[in-house]
Order: sequence, then C-alpha cells, then structure tokens
Amino acid sequence: MRGFAGDAIRRLRANPAAVLASGVICAVVVATLLGPWLNPNNTQTLDWLHVAARPGLQSAHWFGTDRLGRDLYARTLAGTRVSIVIGLVASILSILVGVSYGAISGYIGGRTDQVMMRIIEILSGLPLIFFVIFLTVIFGRSESLLFISIGAVGWLTMARIVRGQTLSIRQQDFIAAAVASGASSGRIIAKHVVPNVIGPVIVYATLTVPQIILFESFLSFLGLGIQEPGASLGTLIAEGVGEMEAAPWMLLVPGGFLAVLLLCLNIFGDGLRDALDVREG
Amino acid sequence: MNTVPTLSVDELSVSFAHRTGTVEAVDGVSLRIAPAECVGVVGESGSGKTQLFLAVMGLAGNASVRGSIRFEGKELLRAAAPAINRVRGSKLTMIFQDPMTSLTPHLSIGTQLAEVLVCHQGLSWGEARDAARRMLDRVRIPEPQRRLSQYPHELSGGMRQRVMLAMSLLCEPALVIADEPTTALDVTIQAQIIELLRAMRGEAGTALALISHDLAVVAGLADRILVMYAGRIVEDAAAAELFRQPRHPYTAELLKCVPSLSGPRLARLPTLAGQPPQPGDALQACPFAPRCPRAADRCRSERPALMGASTGQVACHFPLP
Repeated sequence: MRGFAGDAIRRLRANPAAVLASGVICAVVVATLLGPWLNPNNTQTLDWLHVAARPGLQSAHWFGTDRLGRDLYARTLAGTRVSIVIGLVASILSILVGVSYGAISGYIGGRTDQVMMRIIEILSGLPLIFFVIFLTVIFGRSESLLFISIGAVGWLTMARIVRGQTLSIRQQDFIAAAVASGASSGRIIAKHVVPNVIGPVIVYATLTVPQIILFESFLSFLGLGIQEPGASLGTLIAEGVGEMEAAPWMLLVPGGFLAVLLLCLNIFGDGLRDALDVREG
Repeated sequence: MNTVPTLSVDELSVSFAHRTGTVEAVDGVSLRIAPAECVGVVGESGSGKTQLFLAVMGLAGNASVRGSIRFEGKELLRAAAPAINRVRGSKLTMIFQDPMTSLTPHLSIGTQLAEVLVCHQGLSWGEARDAARRMLDRVRIPEPQRRLSQYPHELSGGMRQRVMLAMSLLCEPALVIADEPTTALDVTIQAQIIELLRAMRGEAGTALALISHDLAVVAGLADRILVMYAGRIVEDAAAAELFRQPRHPYTAELLKCVPSLSGPRLARLPTLAGQPPQPGDALQACPFAPRCPRAADRCRSERPALMGASTGQVACHFPLP
C-alpha cells in the first residue's frame, strides 16, 4: 500500500487512543467468537441451584447468573455478538443505499436532486420509534425486520453526506473530461465519483456502527428488538434494570460491555477521521 | 468542399438564463471544419470560444443550446445519450485547459487511458494497457511502462497534458478540440506540446480545433483562423492571410497587441482600449463599434453579417482592404 491509504494507516498508528480503541474492539470481537469455548455454559440452560448468583472466577458462572439462573457470561457474549452483527449489517446496508442514492442525486442534480432530497427529508422527519412500532405491528417481531427498520433509517445521513461531496466533485474538471471521453453517467458515478467520496463514507460508517448498536439496544430495551430467549445487550440491560438494587451485576456487566464498545468505536472513528483528513462542515 | 465536413455547426446559440434576462454566450455561429484541417479559434476572454466548443461536446451544462451541430454528417445536438457517448471520447475528443485537474486523482494513468479503449473499442484490459503504453510513447512520455501504474499527482503538469493528449488520440479521432491546451503550462513545456500537436496532425489526418487567446500559439499551427468577438465570428480567414492582411478592425487591433521581439522596445505594451460589450448591450449595433477606430453611424445602428468569399469572410461594414 502506498499513497493515500498508506498515509492514512501511518497517521492512524500514530494516534495512541485510536490504536488502543481498535485493540479493545478486536478483543471484544474475538471474545464474542471464542468465549463460548472457554466457559461451557450455554445461554439458555437454567441452573436452579445458582439463581441470581454473584459473579466470581471460582464459581462456574464467571459473570454470575440472572434471575432465571442463566449464565450471564454466555448471554453477555452472545448479546454483544448480536449487537455487533446488527451494527455491521445495518451499517453496510446504509452504506450501499446511502452512497448510491446520494451519488445519483448529487450527480444528476436539478429537479431529480430536489425530489430525492425531499424524500429524504420526509423520511428523516418520521418519528423513528413510531415507525418501528408500526412495522412490528404490521409484520410481527423478527430479527430481519429489525435489520430493515434500522437500515431504512440509517442511510439518510449517509445519503446527505455523499450528495454534498458529489456536488463538489461534479464541478471538477476531471468529471467534464470523463463526460468528454464518452463515459456514461452510470460509469462516471461508479468509477469517478464514488471512489472520491470514500473517505467521508468510511469515517461516517465507523461512527454509524455505534449509533446503530445503541439504537438496537434501545429498541431491545423497549422490547421491540431481539426477543427472549435470544439476547442482545439491550434486552440484558432491560433485565438488569429490574434487579438493579438486589443484583447490580446483571445491569453492570452488559452495560459495561455496551459502554466500552461504544466508547471505543467512537474513539476509533474519530481517529480515522483525523487520519483520513476528512473535513466536516 | 465536396467531402462531408468533419464538424459542421449551423446557427448555434448558447444562452444562459440570468436574473436580468438571457445572456447569449454564443450568438448564431456557423462554421465548418474539414477533415485533417487545423482551425484556430481566437478571441478574448468571454468571447464565447470555449462555450461554442463545450456545446459541441455536449458539455454546456444548464445553458440552452439552439441550432445544429453535425459531426461527420450526423446531428449531435438532439441525439440520444448512448449515441453521443459512442462518438464522444473516440471520434470527437477534447483536451482541457488545466491538466492538473482533468485527470481523476484516484485512478492510475494506465487505468484511465485503458478505460477509454475498453469502453469504446471493446478491448480487453491487457490489450488496452498495451495500446495505452504505445500511445504514451507516441506523445513522448519517458518510461511509459512505469507511468501506467503512476497516479496523476506523481506527474508534472506538462506530462499530465501529454497524458490528456494521449487519451484524446487513443481511438484515432476525427476531431480533437484543444481548449487552451498550453495556457496552464510553462513556456518551454508549451512549445513541446505545440510541437506534439503539430506532429500529430501530420500523422493521423486528425482535424484540430485549437481554442486560444494566444495568437502566437495559433499562428504556428492553424491553417485557418476564426476570430470571435462577443459570441460571434467576426473574421474567418486562412492563417497566413489573416496575419498578413487582417480585414476586420478587431483582428487588426488584436495583432497590434502582439509584442514583437525584433521591433523597437516599447515603454508600454499596446492594448485595446475599452471593454467588450456587456450582456444586454445594444443588440442592434456592431458589438465592436464602441472600440472601433473606423466606426461610423451605420455601425451603431445595423449589425454586420459575416460575408465574403470562401477564402476570407468578415463581419464588418467597412472592412480593411
């Protein structure tokens, strides 16, 4: 790697907070993947002898158990995995939709642009929670619906950012040169516009992942997201809140995971923004 | 002229909507460019020379374009986008003024050049890169193989303009439009690019439309010169003829402004007094009348049409002999 990407990686490495954050993120991801092999408890077995047990490395339940006797270590890791997957998938969805929508809108311009941007404004004006409740009422609760409803909203800001960048790139001479070379609009958007907006897109995407994780946890906390016996950080926190006074670890363990993960993703996103030298307005 | 002209423009107008009304950047221009002919288009800033050819390329943006543009006999102005894109970039190409910004920054030179051939001639990427390398060699870029994998920011301005030139020549075009191809370059590089353009004409029989405000650049290359003023062609003459004996007073004044190396040292460079007409100024008069030493009453009330024999046309009521 040389040039732009190489420079960006070098700048990122020089930022200790970002390096540390990316290390923690990697550790959490590895833990969610390998964790179940380290401790054989599964997420659904009810251990009636250890209901609401305290956490401790000597006991079988490292992070304790919940009020049904389920192992909190297994459930927290599974929940974290679900949250990360939702965050990634919904972010990728929002990148695909947002980048193509924004690039097309900005490149074509004129009336098309106006109409496409008004649609975005209408969508972003919808109260999100009502929108999700509405969808769950119509289609029933399911994980795929969760992806769709989060993804449906996540791309709006991405589309706005990409459109803004495209508007400035469209004015550049090399776009005129590409038009003069006989390239079709689709080809120009795909090969000459989109790669030029990739910096802001990456930065915004890394900042989108924590937003979506938080939003998913929020929905699950309200009971609109992941359903029992499945777990996400949101449902675990919701359960933990009920036992907050008697068994604080039920709140603190998943809450801690969520807080650390979000903090690290945000620090990493900030570091990436500095490294890619994206100027935000 | 028996053969079909490479480019034939009739009554072309390019106008912009403006809050004070419409502004005619190009005002009813007609011209022919024959195969293998080199036509220079000169005029001061704002004379409409660039807009004229941007309209030919279909790059006029949100300006409204009226009239007719035929390329090798086929109408371009009302053609569908796929038909235009088949011609654009292969048979009809354009070189822009600023090579620093005309290349896409994140694609290597090889990719950008090869893309043209892949799109227009259906070559494989491998063949296209080979052809691109040969073309880079032809525009005298040293180490063409290495350049293919380099990015635009790694090349100097002169090299980038050569790359643009190579790109415009890849598909053996019938007409290359060069919009001030040397303005953004150093004088020495400028000479090399002009040399290259001259060689290119001899090699492939490509017609060249050279847009410039630099008479010296045009003088060395063009067979025929069009002088534009306020969106119109005011004189159309063979290059040698025009320099020897300009007929339009504007051309004559313009030639007086060219500094000479051999003449006496002047305290001041001669300039053309006054300003070109503002949009919306008296449309009935000759637009050059306010600055013209020969202007008479007729010039202020009647607009002269471009008239004359095929060897030289002039839009003036009282042309110089």
